[in-house]
Amino acid sequence: MAVLRDPDVLFKALADPTRRKLLDLLHAHDGRTLNDLCEHLDMTRQGVTQHLNLLEMANLVATVRRGREKLHFLNPVPLQEIYERWLAKFEKPRLKALGDLKRRLERTNG
Amino acid sequence: MARSTFVYVTYIRTTPEKLWSALTDDVGFMKQYWFGVHCESEWKAGCSWKMVQPDGSITDAGEIVEADPPKRLVIRWRHEKKPELKAEGDSLCTMEIERSGAAVRLSITHTIEREPSQLITAVSGGWPKIISNLKSLLETGSAVLRDPYPSN
Repeated sequence: MAVLRDPDVLFKALADPTRRKLLDLLHAHDGRTLNDLCEHLDMTRQGVTQHLNLLEMANLVATVRRGREKLHFLNPVPLQEIYERWLAKFEKPRLKALGDLKRRLERTNG
Repeated sequence: MARSTFVYVTYIRTTPEKLWSALTDDVGFMKQYWFGVHCESEWKAGCSWKMVQPDGSITDAGEIVEADPPKRLVIRWRHEKKPELKAEGDSLCTMEIERSGAAVRLSITHTIEREPSQLITAVSGGWPKIISNLKSLLETGSAVLRDPYPSN
């Protein structure tokens, strides 16, 4: 599958309740087949396939063939990139505080 | 059979050769994106493999099952430090590299033949940060996150 590196595809993929539900299902239990996912959605098999294709194009879902089965996995790497773009800097002070605490405690022990 | 797996995929604007080197023998580079951690091996099938922490301790060890540079690397991976993770035994980590347009697709699959698995839960938390740093370092020359996260 051709994966588009355009961030618009990533946000488009997230901007749909069915696709978010598919991600939630994979988050709860990874490595599901299309049949398994269809059981949780009130939608045709073709509809679910289209949503999964879009998620795969956005690189939010990775697939692995195992025998005749195609298993779907939640791929969090693009979400990690969103996190790093807008959230990571807010975590730095907390990390620094933890680092300082560790150094102080270790100095006290030593 | 019960099995726990995670699959992570990223696309990096680099060459398969550079990515292979970043994942294997370029120790200095690896430390930059892996929060000071590096792996030691001769990177050939049958060779031993170990993961070395910044303080020199070894947390994970195993063997290279397959090495087909710059395309495919399979590591038999055991945790060595925490007793509950060590008790789970061998897992398999497969790294696959393939060209995809102007970029390279890296997929990392980590599997153990049991469910649930504390080992898989533990490694699944770390990989996205490592991969994201690796991508940033290869594409821009600097790592996104220099501070290791408090992991446990």
